[in-house]
Amino acid sequence: MSDEANKGLNSPLRRKLLMGMAALPAITMLPRTSFAQAPATSVVNTTGLAVTDTEVTVGILHSVTGTMAISETGSVEAEKLAIEQINASGGVLGRKIKFIQEDGASDWPTFAEKAKKLLVNDKCAAVMGCWTSASRKAVLPVFEQYNGMLYYPTFYEGLEQSKNVIYTGQEATQQIIAGLDWVNKTKGAKTFYLLGSDYIWPRTSNKIARKHIEGHLQGAKVVGEEYFPLGHTQFNSVINKIKLTKPDVIYAIIVGGSNVAFYKQLKAAGIDLSKQTLLTISVTEDEIDGIGGENIAGAFACMKYFQSLDNPNNKAFVSAFKKMWGEKTVIGDVTQAAYLGPWLWKLTVEKAGSFDIDKVAAASPGVEFKGAPEGYVRIHENHHLWSKTRVGKAKADGQYELVYETADLVEPDPFPKGYQ
Amino acid sequence: MINARFFNRSELIGFLALAVLLFVILPLSLDIFRLNLVAKYLTYAFVGIGLVICWGYGGILSLGQGVFFGLGGYCMAMYLKLEASSVENTKIQSTPGIPDFMDWNQLTALPFFWKPFHSFPLTLVAILLVPGIFALIIGAAMFKRRVGGVYFAIITQAIAAILTILIIGQQGYTGGVNGITDLRTLHGWDIRTDHAKFILYFVEVVLLFACIIAAQFIRLTKLGRILVAMREQEDRVRFSGYSVANFKIFAFCAAAIFAAIGGAMFTLEVGFMSPSFVGIVPSIEMVIYTAVGGRMSIFGAVWGSLLVNFAKTSLSESFPQLWLFGLGALFIAVVLAFPNGLSGIWADYVQPRVDRLFGSRKSGWNDNSVADGAPAE
Repeated sequence: MSDEANKGLNSPLRRKLLMGMAALPAITMLPRTSFAQAPATSVVNTTGLAVTDTEVTVGILHSVTGTMAISETGSVEAEKLAIEQINASGGVLGRKIKFIQEDGASDWPTFAEKAKKLLVNDKCAAVMGCWTSASRKAVLPVFEQYNGMLYYPTFYEGLEQSKNVIYTGQEATQQIIAGLDWVNKTKGAKTFYLLGSDYIWPRTSNKIARKHIEGHLQGAKVVGEEYFPLGHTQFNSVINKIKLTKPDVIYAIIVGGSNVAFYKQLKAAGIDLSKQTLLTISVTEDEIDGIGGENIAGAFACMKYFQSLDNPNNKAFVSAFKKMWGEKTVIGDVTQAAYLGPWLWKLTVEKAGSFDIDKVAAASPGVEFKGAPEGYVRIHENHHLWSKTRVGKAKADGQYELVYETADLVEPDPFPKGYQ
Repeated sequence: MINARFFNRSELIGFLALAVLLFVILPLSLDIFRLNLVAKYLTYAFVGIGLVICWGYGGILSLGQGVFFGLGGYCMAMYLKLEASSVENTKIQSTPGIPDFMDWNQLTALPFFWKPFHSFPLTLVAILLVPGIFALIIGAAMFKRRVGGVYFAIITQAIAAILTILIIGQQGYTGGVNGITDLRTLHGWDIRTDHAKFILYFVEVVLLFACIIAAQFIRLTKLGRILVAMREQEDRVRFSGYSVANFKIFAFCAAAIFAAIGGAMFTLEVGFMSPSFVGIVPSIEMVIYTAVGGRMSIFGAVWGSLLVNFAKTSLSESFPQLWLFGLGALFIAVVLAFPNGLSGIWADYVQPRVDRLFGSRKSGWNDNSVADGAPAE
């Protein structure tokens, strides 16, 4: 306050007096500020959540066993890292975060059971969890019924919006449209061959892709669209069709273990990804670990985060992650989105000044996280994130090299008009 | 009905103990969340009772009970989903009034086979008939051709796999991998409230006891004795002039209907249905529950389902990363040490003491005997 006032006051006594006066409000403020850091539990928790004067309990609900464990482990690790960092920096409203981890066991009903347990029994103030759409669909009614808060990390098909969920990954239009525009513009791509695993996310995503290609890209068209059961490993016939139709772009949304077979067979069939453009939205660094960098080098992926992003936040995040979980770990898009969950929750709780679910849900829109490894993100009114979309080129060492990013944050639009 | 002729004394003790546990002790001691979990475990007991009849007594090992569990569950889920998809609730969709997943898959009208599920009575009939008729078709096709034993087990397993692939592949009609979720009301009655869960639990326990009594009835009639005879010496039964195939079909259909009731209750208790209950893994798990309980004992099947699922829940809550190993060890231990399951432990260790206590030597509960405590004819 007193910079200008001091200029006119030369007497040391006066100055001392003035400084004392200036300090006075600060002293009277002191108890109040410490009060603001750790407000009384009765004030911040009016609905009986597991919040004490020193601790607040959150849940972690992912599959650590079963087929999804390989994908979800990264998310668990990222969430634990975020919680540790938040605790090291003073916790949330002066309370340390304690987490209870439950195993969804790659089994959707188990997810529902454990979600119920975390909310009803453990009274978790928030839950970080789920990966597949099926598991999210299974727990969603539980979170809505028992009024919980779920931070969901995976990029997904959209068509959903809930007061009780914050979607920290991208919804389909965010991930798809910018990538298609980019490939159309820089590669002059006109013909697209759409591939996908046979479930809701690839189907919905390809539906959006097709609408965009046919409706918004000049003279572009879809020359083929095919789906394969989860776990499918024989791609020879579709590879032959691709060779016959010679599309400008192969647009692949194949998930999980099928990727390994697909990219190996593509290579074995003589399709050179340095000449044939392939754009995927389903292969992160985690999947490349299984596919083998040499099999996918040259392919393009469109998502919001790559481990190789060159910014200080990301460098700190990558080194902290590797320090905690080992040098060999890789960090994919979803892992980063999972890392955002606890941080966004902390920021929202502090904005709301309360752990109450209703207040957290209401305070969520507009919450900004400047320290995100992917760069600045903000929560939209629809509980999805504003985030940039990026295109990376796969390299033989298993990392992506950033080749394009949108200039601005892309608005999340879970119910896109004209794309349904 | 429950008299000394229908149940021998040790069975009566078992029956009453189970009744006291399920009707009195558990509802009084557990909170509603745990009670709902127990209700979920008990849905598998229906499958287990069916397996006791079909596998324990008839010797027909089915590794595809998840199919019938799933069919029953899906029938119930379709009814509930239609009720939840009123025009009012689904007005943001391109086609209001149809289930949300159909809308996502560009369906614009309700498929014909969904239409009967607008009616609650028809749904109840379908829950029993759809799996029953399906089992009849499979059974007739297999048993009339004298396909049995391990071949039959493999075929049931294949059917489980086929049905899963079908459900996942036809996601516009079935909800795909996600299953049918977000179920809300049953005939206007909100099934998600604590009060509803409490009532549903008792409905389920009553149904379970009805199934136990039905199974016991099957076991005690001449039919049950023929099933045992068939298991032991199929050819002799055939040469005696019985139509072995028809008896097998009956046992298989009965098991399917029990499983379907369990599946329908499952949907009500858990609030959704998905293909992950239909496939090979859940089908084999259901056989494991029965094996742990003792495949010769109806009560054993109930205890097996309860205890294995309880172990599953508590182990996974305490050791999220390691629980599967613990569960595996439990199965190995039970099979190695007690091949007749829990009911074998009861018969071998507890029963003799009880008998000594009461000074009775007559009412041995020897599961391996053909007579099996049945009254002499």
